[in-house]
Amino acid sequence: MSNNTKTSKSRKYLNPYLGGVLLGLVLLAANFVAGRGLGASGAVKSVVATTIRAVDKDAVNTNPFMAEYAESHGGNPMKSWLVFEMLGVLVGGFLSGAVAGRLKLKVEHSPKITSRRRLVFALAGGVLFGFGSQLGRGCTSGSALSGMAVLSMGGFITMMAIFGTAFALAYFFRRNWI
Amino acid sequence: MGPLAPNELISENTNFLLAFFIGIAFGWVLESSGFSSSRKLAGIFYGYDAVVLKVFFTAAITAMLGLLFMSLFGWVDLSLIYVNPTYLTSAIIGGVVMGAGFIMGGFCPGTSFCGAAIGKIDAMVFIAGLFIGVYGFAFTYGWWEKLYLANYLGEPKVSEKLGMSDGLFGLFMILAAIGMFLVAEWAEKKFPREEY
Repeated sequence: MSNNTKTSKSRKYLNPYLGGVLLGLVLLAANFVAGRGLGASGAVKSVVATTIRAVDKDAVNTNPFMAEYAESHGGNPMKSWLVFEMLGVLVGGFLSGAVAGRLKLKVEHSPKITSRRRLVFALAGGVLFGFGSQLGRGCTSGSALSGMAVLSMGGFITMMAIFGTAFALAYFFRRNWI
Repeated sequence: MGPLAPNELISENTNFLLAFFIGIAFGWVLESSGFSSSRKLAGIFYGYDAVVLKVFFTAAITAMLGLLFMSLFGWVDLSLIYVNPTYLTSAIIGGVVMGAGFIMGGFCPGTSFCGAAIGKIDAMVFIAGLFIGVYGFAFTYGWWEKLYLANYLGEPKVSEKLGMSDGLFGLFMILAAIGMFLVAEWAEKKFPREEY
């Protein structure tokens, strides 16, 4: 692994422990500024809530999901901390990729599977992750990582459930990855 | 002093602007650590690449220690920091569903946006899936509401539940992380995979 990263020029990644410290400082900054951690699925939820409201103005009264959302996020759902943060993620990811020479339109997959198979599984995985993030009140960022930083018991439980399940199922999906 | 927004030291709009800049840093760190690549992310589950574990736990510990020290110095009021509530049932079941999504899709929501930002089509398709999943939950919420609200335990800290101080728990977490890092370094040597 270390030999490989040395030989590939344009793909050099950050040392993972340094990356971790930097990510921790970003998370610390979020807590210091906003009093809350990082997140990702919450921004998707905001977009979903906005579109549901645009199509059905009465949804807040008829759909309990929307009612629950309105209760915790009054006002315009797009005026949310996580929406602005995720717009930043797109910019930051793009800039890092541009600097490192990694901008490329492609389907990344194991040579043993087709692009089509990769995309079918990506879609299915996305659906499950989207659904699970709503049930679990946050994804790997908002619930597991940010929750762990503030020692939330729920954050630790969700983290163990996510990684434990993925490890338990890894055998069945090995052809997709190795 | 901190946290700034809950203490009303900055306006709502300044808070949103800072959210955007924090997001840029978040996206930059994720991408430059390799989190825009699903095969790199999935590596942790097969041992060939443990970057997820290393970055994730180093970050959690850095932020946790940072908050504890900042609280000690009086720079941040921990009582104003949001602690995720614990709904035991949905935390577990939601996590299990997300774990299945992770091993199938190779991304989590944050990393998929990062991958999409550099042109990964599989990440864009994953994001489309995220939207379908969230819409699906929104329209079937009634079916899951009981499950969603079951076993609410308040906002307990894991240190409280274990009957130890935050600092002592932090020490145990650091020791656990070092143990995992040693295993991870060993696994990467034992299960190498060609870079491509």
